[in-house]
Amino acid sequence: MVDLSTTLAGATLPNPLMTASGCAANGKELHRFFDISRLGAFVTKTVMPAARSGRGTPRMAETPSGMLNSIGLQGPGIDAFADEDLPWLASVGARVLASIAGGTPDEFAQVATRLLSSPAAASVSGIEVNISCPNVASRGLVFAIDPLASAAVIAAVRAAVPAHLPVFAKLSPDVTDLVTIASACLGAGADGLTLINTTLGMAIDLDRMRPHLGGITGGLSGPAIRPIAVRAIWQVRAAMFAERIPTAPIIGVGGVASGRDALELAAAGASAIQVGTATFNDPEAPVRVLDELAGLLDERGYAAFADVVAAAHPERRRQ
Amino acid sequence: MSGAAYPVGVAARDVAHERAPVRSSEPAGAYQHLVVMAPAIAALARPGQFVAATVGGATSGMLLRRSFSIHAVDPDAGTVEVVVAAHAAGTTWITERRIDDVLDLVGPLGQAFPLPDGGGAAVLVGGGYGSAPLFWLAQVLRQRGVHVEIVLGAASADRLFGVALAAEVADAVDVTTDDGSAGTRGWVSDVLPEVLARSGATDVYACGPMAMLRAVTEAASAAGAAAHVAVEEAMACGVGVCMTCVMPVIGADGRTRMVRACLDGPVFDGDRVRWDAFGDGLCRVPDDAVGAPQAGGH
Repeated sequence: MVDLSTTLAGATLPNPLMTASGCAANGKELHRFFDISRLGAFVTKTVMPAARSGRGTPRMAETPSGMLNSIGLQGPGIDAFADEDLPWLASVGARVLASIAGGTPDEFAQVATRLLSSPAAASVSGIEVNISCPNVASRGLVFAIDPLASAAVIAAVRAAVPAHLPVFAKLSPDVTDLVTIASACLGAGADGLTLINTTLGMAIDLDRMRPHLGGITGGLSGPAIRPIAVRAIWQVRAAMFAERIPTAPIIGVGGVASGRDALELAAAGASAIQVGTATFNDPEAPVRVLDELAGLLDERGYAAFADVVAAAHPERRRQ
Repeated sequence: MSGAAYPVGVAARDVAHERAPVRSSEPAGAYQHLVVMAPAIAALARPGQFVAATVGGATSGMLLRRSFSIHAVDPDAGTVEVVVAAHAAGTTWITERRIDDVLDLVGPLGQAFPLPDGGGAAVLVGGGYGSAPLFWLAQVLRQRGVHVEIVLGAASADRLFGVALAAEVADAVDVTTDDGSAGTRGWVSDVLPEVLARSGATDVYACGPMAMLRAVTEAASAAGAAAHVAVEEAMACGVGVCMTCVMPVIGADGRTRMVRACLDGPVFDGDRVRWDAFGDGLCRVPDDAVGAPQAGGH
């Protein structure tokens, strides 16, 4: 039996597979198809201070091996999440990586504080900070494109959360130098990084000759972006090997639809793997990928998942 | 290939994920009528619910499921029937499946049509192949002693679905086409007031395009009948996780929320839908909706 456990900044999980934020709602919908406590962690839909309706429709466009979405961070707000969604997740034994966002660093901190005041706070294994959301002070440009704005958010969340609880910064690939943003987040107290969020795209409705999505642009996800995820994870992990930035765990996400895809992200440097858009195609995808990954590791003679993390890097091969 | 359906995932009590071999696939006017073997779905389904199918096979670059209302089930035979229009590459792939080819189906999904206790009269209105679930519904209603009339409308005769079937399962049938190639020239809403008046219907069931559902709701309200409408929203997953099929609906507390058509629908009370939000192929968020619009973010 392969040891599938993984340790993320002090949080040990029984296996490295997770849902991806915004691709699994808050658990009840997928729990009809598989026991979500089988996952290493369940990553919740990004929650913000207040209820948000999200955008009008169309919100979605299918693209080659992928899709564009422009949901607009629809959600119930942190009070309803902390009082209803999180207790339900705890009741089925899920380990929760809670995705949070706000319009200002202070709002991020408020959401984190309110989250941890939930009667079910013990189910929270970590916090994933979605910095790909609009910065009110920057006319709606996302925090994630600016190292200083990203660092301000992470510092505010870190200060609001007890030291034992890991904080992960989820980064956007839509930046000139991802290592600069990773460095800023780790320097501000992030315990790890989630790589990557969707990359911005657009589709045009040629019959109506106008943007297809109500939100005009949308986030591209699915297997189409997997090579971008592999590249991002590789670049950031290589910077850690080169000691340009502190070594910290990476959660890989982007286009994973099979155990082989998960293995690729792990080999690039990911200590955990999220399955997102593939869940729309196959509601059991997160646990199917887990089973396929376990089978692949076994086939290849690995004793532990930890042995394949960053295994494609020359620094790791020399060890 | 044994030709037998088999479950893919662990099914909850109310939903299944099955690999469903095609038993038959026949053209029906402009559409394709498929019968597939999916016994777990057949055993659970009720009229108004839908199935979501993957398209293009295992190496497909088309990731999103296509949703189809269930036309009929035979729990004893284990079969599920759907009617598919070849809109684009994904739906065309489904219409090209032949006997023993396999569809990956999740279902039954969504809320079924609410059924009256019994007796009285109901009018069932279908636009194009939106009529697919209505014949099964008609049979269920008539088993409850309900007088059933069916109104079918489409752009042209070849885009009607189930005219002959309607005659078998309903007490009366009216047909309309935009071009007059079958039945009365015009829309279903042109004949609906008269059908409602003569039948004394207390419930109207409808499935079709949004504009038709709005017109049906208005006609039903004017006649003092309840409208139960099944929407045809674009969905990516069908199971409630992608948040793309939302539409503004008034809740029991009187407040409008952007709710998922796949979970809270596809059947809604017509007078709860915010028809004012729809137009020109878009649905906007009403200003008074809970958490209504703020700029940015995805």
